[in-house]
Formats: sequence, structure tokens, C-alpha cells
Amino acid sequence: MKEKIVYFDNAATTKLHKEVIEEMLPYYEEHYGNPSSVYDFGNKVRNSIDEARDKIANLLGVNSREIYFTSGATEANNWAVYGSVRRLKEKGNHIITTQIEHHAVLHPFENLAKEGFEVTYVPVDEDGLVDLKYLKESIKDNTIFISVMAVNNEIGTIQPIKEIVDYAKSKNRDIIVHTDGVQLVGKQKVDIKELGVDLLSLSAHKIHGPKGVGALYIRKGLIIDNLLHGGGQERKKRPGTENVAGIIGLAKALEITLTNFDEKEKQILELREYLIDEVLKRVPHVRLNGSRNKRIPGNANFSFRFIEGESMLLALDMYGICTSSGSACTSGSLDPSHVLLAIGLPHEIAHGSLRVSLSQYSTKEEIDYLLAKLPGIIENLRIMSPLYEDFIKNKEV
Amino acid sequence: MYSQKVMDYFMNPRNMGEIEDASGVGTVGNAKCGDIMRMFLKIDENGIIQDVKFKTFGCGAAIATSSMATELVIGKTVEEALKITNKAVAEALDGLPANKVHCSLLAEEAINAALWDYAKKNNLDIKGLKPPKEDIHEDEIDEEEE
Repeated sequence: MKEKIVYFDNAATTKLHKEVIEEMLPYYEEHYGNPSSVYDFGNKVRNSIDEARDKIANLLGVNSREIYFTSGATEANNWAVYGSVRRLKEKGNHIITTQIEHHAVLHPFENLAKEGFEVTYVPVDEDGLVDLKYLKESIKDNTIFISVMAVNNEIGTIQPIKEIVDYAKSKNRDIIVHTDGVQLVGKQKVDIKELGVDLLSLSAHKIHGPKGVGALYIRKGLIIDNLLHGGGQERKKRPGTENVAGIIGLAKALEITLTNFDEKEKQILELREYLIDEVLKRVPHVRLNGSRNKRIPGNANFSFRFIEGESMLLALDMYGICTSSGSACTSGSLDPSHVLLAIGLPHEIAHGSLRVSLSQYSTKEEIDYLLAKLPGIIENLRIMSPLYEDFIKNKEV
Repeated sequence: MYSQKVMDYFMNPRNMGEIEDASGVGTVGNAKCGDIMRMFLKIDENGIIQDVKFKTFGCGAAIATSSMATELVIGKTVEEALKITNKAVAEALDGLPANKVHCSLLAEEAINAALWDYAKKNNLDIKGLKPPKEDIHEDEIDEEEE
């Protein structure tokens, strides 16, 4: 029934670059040796991992010894949070994060709260920007750890990480600052040393690399506890036989994504602006969620009043259009997205949200296809909606 | 995720709309939780449900269950309609995912609320009819139910 797939969910995952697959395949077919082995067949693989690490470190402006491969960003985030906070528990009891973090950060914080740590969840403004004043005033003598995501995955808001790091370090050099960089790395130019963070998590599959691999940057000199315990891989910091092909794929994906970056970014931004302009023009009772300007180029997030997000996704899916929503029905809970609630949206507006996330593979034709289908879908769902009926009747009175 | 039948009733909802001079109208759910159903019943002097229409704000399952519920009650007596359970609605749709069972409960509740409105308007005492609940919460549902 679905003749084509129009993929607008690049914040969820992305299509692999062809070159990435080609680079990975030999590590499944030929170079399958265990990198920890003594013989040359394994040693060669070890060298390939080190080359990949060097490449990634170079692209991010850090030292190779500061990059540790993980199973993805969830592990990297968990490791950064637990590994830092539990290690520092003698030094202080207070940790800070924001209300709009990914659950891979929020849930570890909630667990740490249960262990007795005092947690501050910094609020955000209506654009999703962290309340800097609140954050700065939250830092106390016993604050040991701060985690603020660099770019929000739902509304694309870019946070002032450098300013946060600079301020925190000016208060107390020992405070560890982590950033979840999943939506930053490969989507913005990034120089980790310039940002100044101690820890940064990244993922391959958001930048046209394979799923199941990511990395944690750990600033030289910083020691955090291990999350996993086992073998001596990753200089005894992260046990487990390396996901060799994944690591090779991550390095290649990052390299390609950062090649001709400005050009690609401009192209994505132009499409995104066109999409936002047209949706706001063609559909009544709609709002753009998040900042118009302080957001990464690939992200657009709308709320359509009187309708619920999942029904929108299903109807779009009938045309092969892949998008996502922050509605409760897609989150598997009764509450809509915590991010949309944090920027002040009432529940019913948050339920009607639609995220369209683009990549370098998105085309104007695809946007036009979405624009051709979306207004009719919204209208149909509104005709069905008792909220819309009440709205029209109240207007008539 | 959904059965073909759910998708069919979502994409081509039967009995969607309003009844201007309805004998009973019931609205259940709330926008906070993401689903609201409104049922319109047209009931003749013999207590037979002649026409049913619905409007729903909610997910695909909410729309499909309300539409299916209208089909199940049409032509039935008030007493028969009262006996239609959320399970019957879900079964008629070839099942619902566990986290969507509350949608079928809401559909059952919407019929009940519309019948309650009809009974109130006509000063009828219908056996087994209970005042509509304010809301349906997921914690009331047995997750195993499908």
C-alpha cells in the first residue's frame, strides 16, 4: 500500500551513509578477530580501532585517550552520571540537571535522588532555553555534578554549554560538567575543548552511523567510576569485546557528516525554514514549539490544537511519512512529553505535537509531499474532535 | 502495533459526526490525558437506539473504539446497549495493544454517559445504569486484558 517512505524522523535515527556500510563490512567478513588477542589477526583489528579513535578525536578536537567507546549514548549518559556522582559522594551531595534532559540522564538522576543525593532540576523558558540565572543560583558549596544536554532532541534548542561550564568552574573548579551531546555532535560544529565540558556523550546512529555504538569523552585527568565491570578493554574503563564494525562505522559517519558541513547545514536549514513557513501559513491553530532561531537546522516541532499526536502520526504513516510526537499515546504513559510541558504547554497542546526532523538526505520534494498531505489530515482529525466542535460553537456564541 | 481492523476504523470511521436533536449526549475523558469521546444517541419511543454518532479527540485506538462502539449499539435496546462491555468493543476490533485497553473502556463509558443523559432528560429509571465517571484512568485496567 505504501509506495514510498518519506523519512522525517532523523532525530530518532538516521539512514546509514553507504560509505559507512562499506567501511564496516570487512570487519564482519574478514577482520573478525578479537582485538584483545595476541596474534596478528586480532592485532590488526586493534589497530583499526585505534585509528578510528584517532579520527574521532581529531574531528572533535580532543586527545585519542579521551574517547571511550560504549554501546550507545544511553550507556555513555548513565556512565557519566553514575560514574561521576557516586565517586564524588564524599565531596558533596548536590547534583544539577535540567527538566528537559533525555531519560537516559533523567532516570539516573532520579535513581541518585533515591540514593540520597539532592537533585535540582533547572527549568527552561518557553523556547526551551535553560534558565541560566536559576542554574547559577542553584550551585552551592556541596554541588558536585552538573549535566545539561547540548541540544534538545524534541525541540532542537541549543543550550549555552560554554557559559554554564565557565560559570560552574568559576564557582568551583571541581564541579564536573557533563553534556549529552547526542543531538550536537554532527549537527553543529563542535570543539569539545572550546566547550570546556568534562564529559560528553555521543551516538553514531543519529549521524548516519550504525545503531548500538557511541562514545563518552572523558577529559584527561578526570577519573570516574566504571559503570560496567569485566575485562580490560578501553584501557580498563569499559569492559566488553569491542563493537569493532560499529566503532569503524562511527568514525566514518562522523567524518562524512562533518565533510562539507556548512553546505549541508545550509541546505537543511533552508528546507526547515520553508517547512515551518508553509505549515504556519497553511494550517490554522498551529504553533511552533521551541525557539525559531536557537535550534539545530534539522528540527521542527509543531503543536496542532484540538487533535492528538498519535492519530496524526498514523494518518501520515498511511502515506509513508515517518514523523514523531510528544503525545502521551506515543510515550506509553498518561502524560505527554516532559519537554513540552517544561516549556509551558498545556497538556492538550502538548498532546497535539508533531516533530519533523530532517537530514542531509531530505529533499524539497519530500517537504512538498508532507505539505500536500498534512493540512487535509489535520482538518479531518479536527472534524472528528469534540474539542474543535466546542471551539467553533463557542466562537459562534 | 494495531490490527488491520483498528486501522480500518481509524482511517474510515463509521458514524462520525453529530446528531442535532439527540436523545442523549455523553462526553467522557479529558484533554489532559489525551482522549475525549462524545457520543450522540437517537432513541425512539420504544427505547430502540436508531442512530449513533461520535466525535473523538485522541489516538488511533480511541477513534477506532468509539467508532466500533457506535456500530455495536445501533439497533439495540437501551438495556442491550448497557450490556456492551469494553471487552466486546476490543474483540470486535480484533484486539487492542495492552496500553490501549483504556480506550475501549472510555468507549464503554461514553455510551453509558449518553444513556445517562437520555434517562435524565426523560425521567427514566434504567436498571443497571450508573452515573458517568469523571474519568477513566489506566490504573483501573487489567493490563493482561486484550
